[in-house]
Amino acid sequence: MASYVTRRILWIIPVLVVVSLITFTLMHLAPGGPWDREKELPPSIIARIQAKYGFDKPVHEQYIDWVTDFVKGDFGPSYRYVNRTVNDMLADGLPTTVHLGLMAFVLAVALGIPLGIFAALGHNRLPDYVATGISVIGIATPSFVLAIVLVIVFAVALNWFPATSNRWVDWRTWVLPTIALAGYPIAQIARYTRSAMLEVTRKDYIRTAHSKGIRERAVVVRHMIRNALIPVLTILGPILAFLVTGSFIIENFFGVPGIGDAYVSAIGGRDYTMIMATTMLYAFSVAFFNLLVDVGYAYIDPRIRYG
Amino acid sequence: MNPTVDQAPTAEAAVDISLQDHLAIEGHDRDLKRAKAENLLEVRNLSTHFFTPDGVVHAVDDVSFTLGYGETLGLVGESGCGKTVTALSISRLVPDPPGKIVSGEILFEGQDVVTLPSDAMRRLRGKEIGFIFQDPVTSLNPTLTIGYQIAEPIRQHMNLPSRAAKDRVVELLSKVGIPRPKDRYGDYPHQFSGGMRQRVMIAIALSCDPKLLLADEPTTALDVTIQAQILELIQRLSEEFKTAVLLITHDLGIAAGMCDHINVMYAGRIVETGTVDQLYENPRMPYSWGLLDSLPRLDDIRGGRLRTIEGLPPLLINMPDACRFNPRCAYTRDICREKEPELTTREDDHEARCWGTQSDGWIP
Amino acid sequence: MATRQESLAPSASLIARRSSGVWRDAFGRLRKNKLAMVGAVIALGLLTLGIVGPMIAPWPYQVQDQNAIIENGYHPLKPFAQLAWDTGHFLGTDELGRDLFSRLLDGAQISMSVALVVQVVVLTIGIPIGALAGWFGGRTDNLLMRITDITYAFPDLLLIILLSIAFRETVFGKALNGLLLVFVAIGLTSWVTVARLVRGQLLSLKQMEFVEAARALGVRDRTIISRHLLPNAIGPVIVAITLGVPGAILAEATLAYIGIGVQPPRASWGSLINEGIRWMRSDTHLVLFPAIAIATALIAFTFLGDGLRDALDPKLKGKQ
Repeated sequence: MASYVTRRILWIIPVLVVVSLITFTLMHLAPGGPWDREKELPPSIIARIQAKYGFDKPVHEQYIDWVTDFVKGDFGPSYRYVNRTVNDMLADGLPTTVHLGLMAFVLAVALGIPLGIFAALGHNRLPDYVATGISVIGIATPSFVLAIVLVIVFAVALNWFPATSNRWVDWRTWVLPTIALAGYPIAQIARYTRSAMLEVTRKDYIRTAHSKGIRERAVVVRHMIRNALIPVLTILGPILAFLVTGSFIIENFFGVPGIGDAYVSAIGGRDYTMIMATTMLYAFSVAFFNLLVDVGYAYIDPRIRYG
Repeated sequence: MNPTVDQAPTAEAAVDISLQDHLAIEGHDRDLKRAKAENLLEVRNLSTHFFTPDGVVHAVDDVSFTLGYGETLGLVGESGCGKTVTALSISRLVPDPPGKIVSGEILFEGQDVVTLPSDAMRRLRGKEIGFIFQDPVTSLNPTLTIGYQIAEPIRQHMNLPSRAAKDRVVELLSKVGIPRPKDRYGDYPHQFSGGMRQRVMIAIALSCDPKLLLADEPTTALDVTIQAQILELIQRLSEEFKTAVLLITHDLGIAAGMCDHINVMYAGRIVETGTVDQLYENPRMPYSWGLLDSLPRLDDIRGGRLRTIEGLPPLLINMPDACRFNPRCAYTRDICREKEPELTTREDDHEARCWGTQSDGWIP
Repeated sequence: MATRQESLAPSASLIARRSSGVWRDAFGRLRKNKLAMVGAVIALGLLTLGIVGPMIAPWPYQVQDQNAIIENGYHPLKPFAQLAWDTGHFLGTDELGRDLFSRLLDGAQISMSVALVVQVVVLTIGIPIGALAGWFGGRTDNLLMRITDITYAFPDLLLIILLSIAFRETVFGKALNGLLLVFVAIGLTSWVTVARLVRGQLLSLKQMEFVEAARALGVRDRTIISRHLLPNAIGPVIVAITLGVPGAILAEATLAYIGIGVQPPRASWGSLINEGIRWMRSDTHLVLFPAIAIATALIAFTFLGDGLRDALDPKLKGKQ
């Protein structure tokens, strides 16, 4: 097991290298540069800025420079906000984004799994239809549409929660973005849990459990749920990846002061360093979370752990 | 890392005594004087059908038999004849949908199990009725330790504190022949071989000292070399605790070795019933002949062909009123196709369902 | 609750199955699944709309009906209102006078073409890679699986956005109002599932004896793969691409929503929502109808995909 984990961790490095290469190349392929503003700057000033930031060097040298700085933890200056470094911008926004993502994840698991279990236990009866109905809505509604609906109902009509979340210190600004972000994950987790439960129900060891005469609740919890949750773990990886990428749409919509929003503006404004750093961050977190999930899976299934 | 080779059971006399004391305290008295009814199990006209999209499958059709306290009864027949469904019906473990006990009574100690409320039935399962399933690999929960799985019915039915329950599990493990029971208590099913897992199943089934043990092809999924050990184990333990056993098997040889009485089933019906001796010496139904005949024998000629019964079992939907075996029977006549024979007595306690072998029939 | 055991299958052993072939059986199961049938009908309907949309639309999608707007005081027309019927815009218009219904149809065409073309891209990349990895195994497999890992690790929306921005100004990027770029970008991030499926199939099947037999007869590898092994993988692949359609439609809508992808004046449902947010309170129809359109498409293909998966799942054979 230990060697498996080490190998997986080591793999992240080449993956990140390739990701950085691809991102760097794509960015520099895009026409225009970070200094395209509404007003045309005089060429001499542009030349000076370019020299200062190393833009006059050949592209591969720029890449090497970037890499050497990156591994030292220096993510460079922001090209857009002249007085700020990327490190600062990340430090500002990252905690908020992580906070939002975490809340959405907890909500998704806390609602999705029970929903799936109830659907399976009430198979082909009312609980199944209700839970499946909710799941279907969750899957069919893009997060931004869900956000719109939430805002219309809860912010505009009922005025329970604010429509924008700039003031992150106020807990009421957390609610709508979290729900909007968690909608799709809740639905996917519920569907997956339901089908895993239905699959487990058909297993022989459930019949053995019944033959022992233990209470139905014990059969459901100790034998069905316990085994059904193992395959459910496998989709938590993609769910986490979704939360990472979906967060910037939601942050953008609600004005959450996280890095997602900064990322979207960075792309529009060609803030290269910011784009590189944030992309690497996203790629790393996806790879890392997938690793966590795989390891967790190996740990929880006794057949793998004590194999 | 973990020895998975089957070893001969190591019985510990000291353990036996404590178990008996224990049972005496629990009031599980095997003495017939305390029996609540004349027979432990009376199945009367049991019919269990499966309602499928292709039609109603008469898996078990009007089956009746009795099993006395401490007796061993064999239910023999080929795959699909309804023997497993019969056992599941007794325990009310038939999957519903699509299965359902449509008629008949199952009297367990005089009480009809078919109409029992489900909670009362649950209390019987595990405590009074133990079940050994066919495939030990799929019948154990892979995510729980075997110790826990054996302890489950004990904790549920016997009200023991967890310490005492664990002790009992360890006792049971050594009784079924699992070496180093204290160490292996915390192991998972996949760490055991098939034969060992079946021993665990036996431990589960016998954990609360049930009056009835339903053993559904307990050795079919195991290696031949292990089969004998497991069967011997079941036999020894059932004798020791005076447990009645309903042994389901397709192998007449196994049945002969363990059972007092045998019911032969075919296509959902009992077609012959009698003691082992009666069946072997004087079978009165061509299907039974076929079964006996198909057993390979030591004095068979090398290079000769194995004897089989030609044909396949019938579809159990829309059965006509005819002998169900007649398409495969060598002695069939018109009446066999026109009307189904009844079970008629041939000698004491020996019944058969065949026109041809009746006293007025054409088969000697 | 309902329980069925795998080892007890009376209907399987006691009934002689009329074996009518894998596909006929599967199709029969699919037909019984009502949700899947509803999904199939809607999906087909949407695909048809995608093709004939421009022909049946009352207005070209980009035309601005100035007169109607002026009449309405420079506000978008509300659906089903008298003015809407009179001017031939029964679902209303946006603030520029563009007919919503016609624009929805254009969006349908965009979404449906995304649905189809992306899957073609997925198949074109995924099947060969999966087949090569599965057949040759060893180092080839390793290499291809590493490539798969990297693609998988890259958060897909990010890659699509980066690709879109990088090539936006090129000829390639401008083709079809940016649609071609969207097709390729989404396809490039979605092929992994199909590749893994095909690889898995080949890995398990190539051990089988009929492959050895074919080789002994001198049949070429390429033929073995294409004629014997790949057809077995078709079932799961069909399921995968059907279930991949909602993801592609969603990705396209999200891209359009943030302004990347299909460029105006084309009316992707996502960009319709983007434009309509401004009017959310007063003229909800501008957001509501595109949202319903997206939801319908996603639900239909999801149900269809689920139904196909259940129909083709061999474990369910004989148990329903």
